[in-house]
Amino acid sequence: MNSSQLLNFTTFAYLTASILYIAIFVFRAEKLGRLATIITLAAWLVQTGGIGLRWVESYQMGYGHAPLSNMYESLVFFAWAIAIIYLWLEWKFKTPLIGAFAIPFAFFSMAYASFSTQFGSEIKPLIPALQSNWLIGHVVTCFIGYASFAVACGLGIMYLLKDHHERNKKGKKSSGTSIIDNLPALPIIDDAVHKTIIFGFVWLSTGIIAGAIWANEAWGTYWSWDPKETWSLITWFLYAAALHARLVRGWKGRRIAWIAVLGFISVIFTYYGVNFLLSGLHSYGSQ
Amino acid sequence: MFIPVGPDNEHRYYWFNFTTNDLIALKTIMTKKKRNPIWKFFTSVKLALFCLFTLAGASIIGTIVPQNATTGRYIELYGHSTAKFFQLLDIPNMYDSWWFLGLLALFAMNLTICTIDRFPHLWKLATMDNLNTKLDRLRKMGMRKVFSAGSNTQEAVSEVQTVMAQAGWKTKQRQVEGGTLLFSQKSPWTRLGVIVVHVSILLIFAGALVGKFYGYKASVMIPEGSSTDVVYRSTPEHPPIPLGFTVRCNKFLLTYYDTGMPKEFRSDLIIQRDGKVVKRKSIVVNDPLQYDGLTFYQASYQAINGQFTAQLSNEKTKARQKFILQYPTSQAIKWPGKNISFGIVDVSGPDMMRRFQYKIWFSDGKGQPSTFWMNQGSSVRIKRPGNSYLLTVSPRFATGLQIAKDPGVWIVYTGCIMMILGLIVIFFMSHRRIWVFVSEEKGKTSILVCGQSNKDKIGFEKTMRALYKRFATSQLIVEDKS
Ligand code: HEM
Repeated sequence: MNSSQLLNFTTFAYLTASILYIAIFVFRAEKLGRLATIITLAAWLVQTGGIGLRWVESYQMGYGHAPLSNMYESLVFFAWAIAIIYLWLEWKFKTPLIGAFAIPFAFFSMAYASFSTQFGSEIKPLIPALQSNWLIGHVVTCFIGYASFAVACGLGIMYLLKDHHERNKKGKKSSGTSIIDNLPALPIIDDAVHKTIIFGFVWLSTGIIAGAIWANEAWGTYWSWDPKETWSLITWFLYAAALHARLVRGWKGRRIAWIAVLGFISVIFTYYGVNFLLSGLHSYGSQ
Repeated sequence: MFIPVGPDNEHRYYWFNFTTNDLIALKTIMTKKKRNPIWKFFTSVKLALFCLFTLAGASIIGTIVPQNATTGRYIELYGHSTAKFFQLLDIPNMYDSWWFLGLLALFAMNLTICTIDRFPHLWKLATMDNLNTKLDRLRKMGMRKVFSAGSNTQEAVSEVQTVMAQAGWKTKQRQVEGGTLLFSQKSPWTRLGVIVVHVSILLIFAGALVGKFYGYKASVMIPEGSSTDVVYRSTPEHPPIPLGFTVRCNKFLLTYYDTGMPKEFRSDLIIQRDGKVVKRKSIVVNDPLQYDGLTFYQASYQAINGQFTAQLSNEKTKARQKFILQYPTSQAIKWPGKNISFGIVDVSGPDMMRRFQYKIWFSDGKGQPSTFWMNQGSSVRIKRPGNSYLLTVSPRFATGLQIAKDPGVWIVYTGCIMMILGLIVIFFMSHRRIWVFVSEEKGKTSILVCGQSNKDKIGFEKTMRALYKRFATSQLIVEDKS
């Protein structure tokens, strides 16, 4: 058994769980909830094992570093964090209906890590710039933040769906029940969006700070406005604005849900776009 | 400026979940400052939202338009007129432009004034005398329950004290009109968390400014075996900065993984002051050297064309010597005071491991000179009549150091730590208050238990329900069903 087998199994298990959660939502098959939860939890445990084993394997290869050093490994960790944050939320809110809006993110992250041709999945030694304990601190904190924002985005989409549905219903009068009526009440979703954003914000703040301290240890500048740093700050500004708008100006519901979606787009851009789109833009421009 | 500065009055109630009587207690301070329109402008949270969204939007520009490129490059990328327009708006150096810094300054102003404005309220909330609360407010509080006791008030008060203490709430009490008021609270100081976070951002700004005005970034290349007492700013017109001491690079070491990826860049540095060694350290990329307020970072390296370092030792006498060889410009070099000379006569490579091979000519004046090939970096034993020598030859490198002086960095770090702690306090802790009013009504002792929390209402409700249960199970006290 090696780590890539465990991680491949995880990808497959998240796919199964996603299908189950969507079935629960679409067919109101809440009886499948227990099964979906068990599969997700099992997948998460196997993934934890996979990540741990990959760490051990890197030592066996003589490189010895935490599995957080490249795109592949960070995507795997991203999925891991989404799954555990979701499980915590499901336990807290006692409903499997959120799963359809969260676990697919974990699956997509794993699938993208496994099948993308843009980067490899082999264990590689660390280049000198990455040889620092701050690597672990920085990546772990940032990605727990990103994962919370992914879940917040899922919840935001759920809110918008339900909100749209309820406003339609008011206009047309009730036309029977729909799957959307099964979703938790709007104020509950709203509260969940807010709580996940707060959780993500604390981690993202810590992650940006860890990155700044690391940069200062490695290069002598804690902030240099490079595109990745800047995009993480843009994301942070957005969520800071959302927190204030909610607390002080009373923004709730739809507006915060939209910010949750927008914020996650910004997260994806920070994470993916800066690496592949922005640099692509620059190299395209230089031809 | 298009920020509407409307009356923020109704929103003030959102700012904390305080009781209306808190509001009354604070009203005087609020109304005094609200009259000044400039002050009001800078306390507005709308302005804060404007700044946050604008900063986010503006920052995007700098990630899309390449920064600090040449004028020609912008013309090539965007055409003449757009490039000119960009120049006008300082877009090529956007994060240092007047308008971006201005936006940051506006944001800092907003934050400073808002924090000053709110400080008295928060301070009051954290330190106020909660036994001086109007009883009417207690009777209207969201979380409340009424109990009664068969005993007299005196006994009931001491029973309440016991029950509260058992539940972990130490009470203070005071005789008020109509009865006894008991009060207990947890973590009132968490009200100040918001101030900690806001001040932390101002500290980070302050630290950045200190760094900008009292610090500098510079760099220098030092060939192996040489030293420098000046470093250079990136702007060429800036004169070299004297260090007041010398930095010597004894050795630069470059190692690779077996995959061919670089594994480590290492420079052995020695700091000398007035001819005395005061510090030595072998630095790598994530482990710089600090001395006299300056930090020396391993940033780059360069092989010096045509120069090689050699170390030769006589295995019999144990004498050792370091040399700098040249190829192809000059060939043999002499060990001073000895009859030994050697040099590189040919170079080939690099091989798979990125090593070069050197062909060496060696003579010690006894018999035929030796010639042989050797690998870069590995030592070779040269057998000579009646003696042998150990030789190591490597390319001569210059190490590229980045030098930073930043006296503001500790201010920034303090801000960072404050921010994290403040966020944890704000989001994961709450100010919880419980009042108990014991009074005598128509010969019966009535006990009103009520409470409030500024965060985590659901958790607090649980706490309160558990507390009610404790009251209900007390022998003296029964739930008031009326
Ligand atoms: C990026 C910078 C900022 C950060 C990270 C930040 C952070 C926070 C946080 C975490 C809270 C508590 C939110 C909650 O309890 O849900 C808060 C509250 C608040 N912030 Fe900020 N803030 C920032 C900038 C500003 C600015 C520029 C203003 C200027 C008006 C401001 C005004 C307020 C106000 C009025 C509150 C209400 C809390 C109170 O005073 O009790 N913030 N801020």
